[in-house]
Amino acid sequence: MKLKEIAHSRTGDKGDMVNISVIAFDEKDYPIIQKKVTAEKVKLFLGETIQGEIIRYEVATLGAINFVMHKALRGGVTRSLRLDKHGKTLSSILLEMPINTND
Amino acid sequence: MIPEKIIRIGSGAGYSGDRIEPAVDLIKEGNLDYIIFECLAERTIALAQLQKMQDPELGYDPLLEERMKACLTHCVSKKVKLISNMGAANPLAAAKKTATIAQELGLTNLKIAAVFGDDVMPMLDFSTQTFLESGEPLSVLGNKIISANAYMGVEGILIALEEGADIILTGRVADPSLFLAPLIHEFDWSMNDYPLLGKGTVLGHLMECAGQVCGGYFADGVKKQVQNLGNLGYPIAEIKNDGSFHITKLKDSGGMVTPATCKEQLLYEVHDPSAYLTPDVVADFSNITLKEIEKDKVEVYGASGKTLTGKLKVSVGYHDGYMAEAQISYGGSYALERGQLAIEIVKERLEARNLVVEDILFDLIGINSLFKEYNSDINPQEVRLRVAAKTKTKEAAVKLVNEVETLYTNGPAAGGGISKLVTEVIAIQSILIDKKKVVPQVEYFES
Repeated sequence: MKLKEIAHSRTGDKGDMVNISVIAFDEKDYPIIQKKVTAEKVKLFLGETIQGEIIRYEVATLGAINFVMHKALRGGVTRSLRLDKHGKTLSSILLEMPINTND
Repeated sequence: MIPEKIIRIGSGAGYSGDRIEPAVDLIKEGNLDYIIFECLAERTIALAQLQKMQDPELGYDPLLEERMKACLTHCVSKKVKLISNMGAANPLAAAKKTATIAQELGLTNLKIAAVFGDDVMPMLDFSTQTFLESGEPLSVLGNKIISANAYMGVEGILIALEEGADIILTGRVADPSLFLAPLIHEFDWSMNDYPLLGKGTVLGHLMECAGQVCGGYFADGVKKQVQNLGNLGYPIAEIKNDGSFHITKLKDSGGMVTPATCKEQLLYEVHDPSAYLTPDVVADFSNITLKEIEKDKVEVYGASGKTLTGKLKVSVGYHDGYMAEAQISYGGSYALERGQLAIEIVKERLEARNLVVEDILFDLIGINSLFKEYNSDINPQEVRLRVAAKTKTKEAAVKLVNEVETLYTNGPAAGGGISKLVTEVIAIQSILIDKKKVVPQVEYFES
């Protein structure tokens, strides 16, 4: 299964950081997201795009996880060489992350 | 028994270039008390400051005049007060211009306030203050600094509202504060009641990007469908004096307000959800629940706030060299291989010429810009090489894009569609300043 089947997502930016929300469509799937979508797995999946650390916040009442990613925009929105200087497209990429529900 | 007081606030813009028609619809049909236009991104004031240096009557939002011409008559006839940060680097000039437009529209006796005091350039201490991002002292940038604007809270807007202003144009004010100020004014909330200020801040945060809470920036084309996105409406918040509120929109507008659209917006640009820092309060998003009470009407519960940092964030704008960007496309057979070959050639030539860059990026882009008949057997059918580089000087940037251009006659076969762009970079870093040092100022103009 891919994350997009159970969650939706939006990126926000501040300086050289982005936050990416991962929100369960159905709150009954939140425990899967909570268990499987760890900061380590997200960091591995997004690879070299995110140069800094990833901090993870759980927002159980919304059935959502908020990831705060440092050094994500190659210097920040105002000076980034990236075509997508804000990192707005990163949320859709993250939704392609595979979720293994068997382990 | 006195009927419960209810205030309705509309959001008329989520950024400087936002659509104007949905805002006009809201003012005309939204039964609003206030309309808020949030128009300042991180860098906008620095760019506006450069404009003001060229012409002291400019430096406000480029769409100010168009928005005012479209909205003011309706604001007056529907008794809707307008609050906006469209003043940018020059709230005084923005207010003066707005007074002139009001007169031209035949609207007299309008009180227009300019709220400023956010410009803290004179207060910068280059030796002791350090940037939050780089940790370096301001002195590293010296005379490259263009602007320094503190994110002010509700205070200046409150003064203007108490003085009976109909239109309030500010410089840098934190986005949610634009919404929180009229609530404090209308409900007489205490500036120490952090849970209430937190609720008003959450309302402001949900509303500040206008269409984004109404299904804008939400549709994925497959699983998340939004009806009538072409006629996307902007949001209305309806709030009572105890801080309870819901988000809705005009019935005949496109888009939708659902718990899902609200959740995406709620976490947008948020770091720690239990501590969302604004000049007015540390708001707490971590216990919020949402309920769809009827179609396109979502009630927000559990928003709160807990304290005050006593600090304001200051965005410092500065000249940061140049960006060079050049692109060329390769299509058909071996498109990818030629794109990759082109990258190697450019790298070799830059090194041979000792062309120094601070940073350089090579991208390969593409779907069907070269051939409209998409042939899935050719994978990829096209690539567009994009070379982007950061340079200290304009000359280096120009040399770089010209070097990429030489791929025409000196590179792989059949490259086409070259584009070149050199732009000056105005960048932003932040510092913190004591809130006590930043005193809001208000001046009035009459139409």
